[in-house]
Amino acid sequence: MSAGSAGATALQLFFAGVGNGAIYALIALGFNVIFKSTGALNFAQGEWVMLGGMIAAAVIASHAAIWAGCLVAVVIVAAVGLLSERLIVAPLKRPAPMLITLLSIGLAISTKSVVMLVLGKDPAGYPGFSGDAVLNILGARVPAQTLWIIGITLAFIVVAHVFFERTILGKSLRAVAADRDAASLVGINVQHSVMWSFVIGALAGGIAGAIITPQTFTSYDQGGLIGFKGFSAAMLGGIGNLYGALVGGLVLGLLETFAAGYVSSHFKDAVAFIVLLIILFALPSGLLGRSEAERV
Amino acid sequence: MAKPSDAVDPIAGPINTAARDERGRALMGGRSLLFIFWLALLAIPLVGLNDYLVSLGTSFLINLILIAGLNVLIGYCGQISLGHAGFYGLGAYAAGILSAKLGLNPWLGLPVACLVSAIAALVIGIPALRLKGHYLAMATLGFNAILAVLFDQLVSWTGGPNGLLGVKPLAFGSFALSSQARIFPIVWLCAGLVMFALLNLIQSRVGRAIRAIATSQIAADSLGIDAFRYKLIVFVLTAGMAGLAGSLYVESNLYASPESFGFSSSILLVAMVALGGWGRYGGAILGALIYTGAPELLRTFQDAQLLIFGAGMIAVLLFFPGGLAGAGDSIACLWQRYRP
Repeated sequence: MSAGSAGATALQLFFAGVGNGAIYALIALGFNVIFKSTGALNFAQGEWVMLGGMIAAAVIASHAAIWAGCLVAVVIVAAVGLLSERLIVAPLKRPAPMLITLLSIGLAISTKSVVMLVLGKDPAGYPGFSGDAVLNILGARVPAQTLWIIGITLAFIVVAHVFFERTILGKSLRAVAADRDAASLVGINVQHSVMWSFVIGALAGGIAGAIITPQTFTSYDQGGLIGFKGFSAAMLGGIGNLYGALVGGLVLGLLETFAAGYVSSHFKDAVAFIVLLIILFALPSGLLGRSEAERV
Repeated sequence: MAKPSDAVDPIAGPINTAARDERGRALMGGRSLLFIFWLALLAIPLVGLNDYLVSLGTSFLINLILIAGLNVLIGYCGQISLGHAGFYGLGAYAAGILSAKLGLNPWLGLPVACLVSAIAALVIGIPALRLKGHYLAMATLGFNAILAVLFDQLVSWTGGPNGLLGVKPLAFGSFALSSQARIFPIVWLCAGLVMFALLNLIQSRVGRAIRAIATSQIAADSLGIDAFRYKLIVFVLTAGMAGLAGSLYVESNLYASPESFGFSSSILLVAMVALGGWGRYGGAILGALIYTGAPELLRTFQDAQLLIFGAGMIAVLLFFPGGLAGAGDSIACLWQRYRP
């Protein structure tokens, strides 16, 4: 293999890795927002990703435009997030993190089975936003959809940044994440912020599902795996950290893709997770996390 | 009634120490009750003469070992493991490979499976349990993902996706324990020993220490409890038990396939702990009953069974946050409040 083509292969893997990583980052972001507001690990996060892809595919199959199908899917998934919180988390008298974590397992199972019953068991997919166009960047063949994925993820992170830094609702969510009791003392409705965190979490998941499905296809049983990748990315970046999600997602995506390209595609998950565990044990609070002193 | 010692645990939420003390006292009578329950279980192969019912009994007992161990880890110690099915699988493949590929005596598989899973837990636990928070969840999840790949891809050892074939049954001389009714007493004995050991564990110094850690690690630390050491002991012990369950699984089915040991199984096991009643000794028995029985009972609903299961789980946790084993307490509590 010549030096030029080796470089092109590496570049091609790099783009694929960043594309996958962007998806993991979106899922990790949703994961983090809910973790910050409830302290719980949300096992339904991956199901929302699957749901986004499945609904978009169903809408597009009924002759809607691709962008319209994705938009409808994202809105419906956000509504599902809202409904889930209202039905399952809001009625809790004592919303202990462990209880919410366990409830989210039930929510994940229910979401998955409703999708199976309503939308069927067959894998679903649709063409990318620019059809099946493939670009040639310095000799590397990059699907246009990968660039869409990277662009939309970056846009979402920028919007999320502005939302959390500039808007009243975003600031109140951060206040609740920092200290529930203090936030409620200054008049912030803690219940509402939990609700909004579910909407944002589901929104991030739905977007991830709508933009990844043209590349990977999806079916009702794909949620668990991608959810765990998102959870791993969140832990890697430092759980509860918005920018950590981006870094963690990209690192995991690149690790996986390069492991598949240079080591073995059969063992890519094993290689990625081994490196991930080593990083976590070396940097316990994640790549961007800070160690915190605990108050007694 | 709230006592001054009632604490709010960052993981488990508010902790009612009065209820815990009560439970501690109830456990004292647990030993004889457990003994009677266990003797009654031995009747299964005698009453249920068909192989199907006996095999359900066997898998109930194997699931019980798994869920009871996980229950102690989650419910008493406050640590979530998302890799319990991985330790289970490690035990199953360790025992299976020993007899199918290396041709060693199948009896060796039982202790070896325990040992392999316990050593794996030690390797994962030492770095993960030093950290607070959800690091054990992450580390065990990663470990389970690695194992799932290995089970699937190391075809020459594990048989890959087709599963591990050619496992030899346990045997007393020439009397092979090759049918469900013959293997049942061995599984029964192992599960009984595990349940007895767990009962002793939670009533021992270690048991009190881990409950103290789950309530408040800082308070426990200040009393001189080495939190890391006790968490590690419980984690390694329960992983070893999962390994034992794995070896019993492979010896009773003479087969193992990778899909039984993925992380979705790990999640389901955590769900069973929650449904049965986390942190309650009897919860594991209910959890194992549901895990074994629900797929059989819901089979007639075909595709809808998953939905019924998921919705049922949410309903149970919404109405009885302590799981089914806590349902009695919840109802009693309601009765106290709305007593005419």
